[in-house]
Amino acid sequence: MTSVIANPPPDALFELVTDQWTEPFWAAARARRLVVARCSGCGLHRMPPTPFCPGCHSTVLDWTEVTGKGSIYAFTVVRRANLPEVQAALPYAPCVVELDGIAGIRLISNIVGAEVDTIRIGAAVEVVWHERTDGVTLPYFRILADG
Amino acid sequence: MRKARTAIVGLGSTPYYKRGRSLPRTLDEMIGSAILAAVADAGLSARDIDGFAYYSGGFDTPLLMETLGIPTLNFSAMLTGAGGGSAGVIGLAEAAILSGQAEVVVCVGGTQQAGKRFGAYTKDADLTPVNAFHMSAGMFGPGHMFAVLASRHMHRFGTTREHFAEVACTIRANALTHPDALIRTPLTVDDYFAAPMIADPLCLYDFCLESDGAIAVIVTSTERARDLRQKPVPVLGCVHGGSRDWGRSLYAMTMPEDDFVSSGNVAIAERLYRLTGLVPADIDTAQFYDHFTPMVIAQLEDFGFCPRGEGGPLVASGAIRQGGSLPVNTDGGQLSGAYIWGMSHIREGVEQMRGTAANQVPDARTVLVTGGPSNLPNSALILGAAA
Repeated sequence: MTSVIANPPPDALFELVTDQWTEPFWAAARARRLVVARCSGCGLHRMPPTPFCPGCHSTVLDWTEVTGKGSIYAFTVVRRANLPEVQAALPYAPCVVELDGIAGIRLISNIVGAEVDTIRIGAAVEVVWHERTDGVTLPYFRILADG
Repeated sequence: MRKARTAIVGLGSTPYYKRGRSLPRTLDEMIGSAILAAVADAGLSARDIDGFAYYSGGFDTPLLMETLGIPTLNFSAMLTGAGGGSAGVIGLAEAAILSGQAEVVVCVGGTQQAGKRFGAYTKDADLTPVNAFHMSAGMFGPGHMFAVLASRHMHRFGTTREHFAEVACTIRANALTHPDALIRTPLTVDDYFAAPMIADPLCLYDFCLESDGAIAVIVTSTERARDLRQKPVPVLGCVHGGSRDWGRSLYAMTMPEDDFVSSGNVAIAERLYRLTGLVPADIDTAQFYDHFTPMVIAQLEDFGFCPRGEGGPLVASGAIRQGGSLPVNTDGGQLSGAYIWGMSHIREGVEQMRGTAANQVPDARTVLVTGGPSNLPNSALILGAAA
């Protein structure tokens, strides 16, 4: 089988919109720091960041920086375009990553740079940063060599 | 078993069309035609309708009243969410009737995908701060989300593409002998594996159709139902809702492991069985919302037809075929019949309970009908045999 490498998904279909709850995540990403929202009241982590802590209803957040390492929890490889803008990006590999060090926190992201037929659940991954032309930086993941 | 207090007394449907082929018909006209067919079937007039129940956005009630000549409105409501509420719309009608708000409620749904494809709907979703967390990952259609869920079920339980193929081929076999089904050419396992992959592990035949059409049913009290044209189909129970752990699952993907590998229906299944006094072994046929084949397998598990993780082997045994222990999607489902956003499952449930289905399950006394595994609410309905 010929080698087929996972691309980033098409930039054109997404524009970042933020609010006071989500902006710190994206601001940290621009500085290439991966952070997770934490309730200042009770310490419970939550992603995506929402106004209230579901445990104690505090609206005060702080942000925990994580290593950017984790493992693939689930994924797909998009091989057909359902929208014209997708065609040039094929194939790409949306995934759910479970982050090391914080139980139960997952990010929806993409595996990039991997041979698509070798992607496996459980593989160790590490964040890589995708800088868009509009100033937005997105966290994607690459499979670690020993993953 | 709980005594039914409401019943489905009328059923109306337009023909089914492949996506866009219903033009120059309009969606409002198809909805109106389905309503008129349903009231005629019941032996009622449109003027008798005093309530409307919808899901997934619903329709313009005063416009329908204006064009159909319906004089009085006593109830107009919609279940929140998307296709997850399709079966639950019957419960909305039941709530209106049992609370004394309305007497004759029409539940109607329909789609016309000429201009807007559901397969790419998330592109048109508003960009919001919360949905940025999945839209930024290129999750631009429901197929992407359900593919991700399926990958985990396969990893955890050893579910295979052969299991998905069995679902697709079984439901296609049902379509072959249903006169209204849109796809009536045989599908073999070889055909399945020869089809293009869309989003691993889902290929072309794991996806439902994109269709146009409308279906309406009339719900009233069992007392009023006695005087009408059709033998009433009793509503044994209808629920909608679900657990917060499933919640916004398709967009959040943060649900606990046991929910991640489910269809998000465990909580409502338990409540539906408690409400009706029935158990899975009492169900004679099931019409599962089949937007994606892996969700049929997950629903078999959630609704208790096998333990968690054994849905693949269950379908491989032939259990969901005609003649099996639980014939599923006997009209060809949404995979091969038509995608009317869940309403075709209600239609087939009613026809099975009337004993008039094209692929009638012999002696079927109960049917389970579900709404789409989706972000909450999910929904489910059990109907009993017409009497």
